[in-house]
Amino acid sequence: MTDGSRYAPAVRSGSPPAQSRREPANLGDILERVLDRGVVIAGDIKVNLLDIELLTIKLRLVIASVDTAKEMGIDWWEHDPWLTGDSKALQEENRRLRARLNALEAGDPRD
Amino acid sequence: MTHVTDTGTYLYAVTQESPSPGPEGLRGVAGTAVRTIVDEGLVAYVSTVPLDEFGAEPLRRSMENLEWLGETAGAHHNVVEEVAEQRPTAPVRLVTVYRGDDQVRELLHERHDDFLDVLAHIAGRREWGVKAYIDLSVTEAAPAKSAGGPGTAYLKKRQAGLRSREEAWRQAAARAEELHVTLSSVAAASHRHRAQDPELSGRKEPMILNGAYLVDGDRDEVFLRAVEKLRGEGVDVELTGPWAPYSFTDLEVRGDG
Repeated sequence: MTDGSRYAPAVRSGSPPAQSRREPANLGDILERVLDRGVVIAGDIKVNLLDIELLTIKLRLVIASVDTAKEMGIDWWEHDPWLTGDSKALQEENRRLRARLNALEAGDPRD
Repeated sequence: MTHVTDTGTYLYAVTQESPSPGPEGLRGVAGTAVRTIVDEGLVAYVSTVPLDEFGAEPLRRSMENLEWLGETAGAHHNVVEEVAEQRPTAPVRLVTVYRGDDQVRELLHERHDDFLDVLAHIAGRREWGVKAYIDLSVTEAAPAKSAGGPGTAYLKKRQAGLRSREEAWRQAAARAEELHVTLSSVAAASHRHRAQDPELSGRKEPMILNGAYLVDGDRDEVFLRAVEKLRGEGVDVELTGPWAPYSFTDLEVRGDG
């Protein structure tokens, strides 16, 4: 794997501003920007970016945390069939757990 | 004349023509030499790339190779940063490859005004990245002792855990929004990226904010002070940058904001 710190844009030798803890850019930060941001040009180009877009879906799985995004209410993956299966399974597990707890609390004399 | 060649023109970034010389001797993706194409006051930074590596088919495979991707992304980023260091620069997305220089000239001609708009918007400004993490163990309350047997106790604990976790996340989301609003008030423009996975961020605490902020050159210190003030109450903040304005040069979105 490439050493991301090589591309650090910011760490100026000499005098870092007081207190600021500035992190060198890591590969994840760079990938996020070069793949997801920047000018996208449609039109007469050799490589079809839409194809690439599809390929990067896998990368997005790495770049965006499914768990974190879900809990933060970011739902871009809801439209991604690769992922919808999993989140449904989780919701189902939650539902079953709650039902079991309610049943237990409703009265299990031995407990 | 040889017919359509086995090379393409790889585009890194677009800037405005300037009397001062741009960076020289840059190496781009796959070690290629970086050169410029000038048209009507705009400058495109490009290099000639072999299509057996940068054609659609080979890319389909190599985009999934993290090592190749890492090196290519790094080289692309390096060119963008070198150019952006000296003048307002619109970074172009990774692996934008044209058939030849003529297509790039056409692009500069056709989107001339759009590029000028974008470059005017980012001139004199830089992008900062701010990531905030929350330590949920600080905010999560300890579950109360249960009177029931071990089964009930376990499930109650589990439910209490779920509830306090939900509550903690709700607070975290609110906190993230608050941080973003605070930073946006100091910035000329802002954008929230998706939060990164712990595997990518390298930290076990969940990321609650992954923001990009376009800041006027003379407001940098104000912005950095604002970032410093965000720390505390279980929140840690990471600052990266300044970056080339990757998050603020979306040609397709221009016009509505």
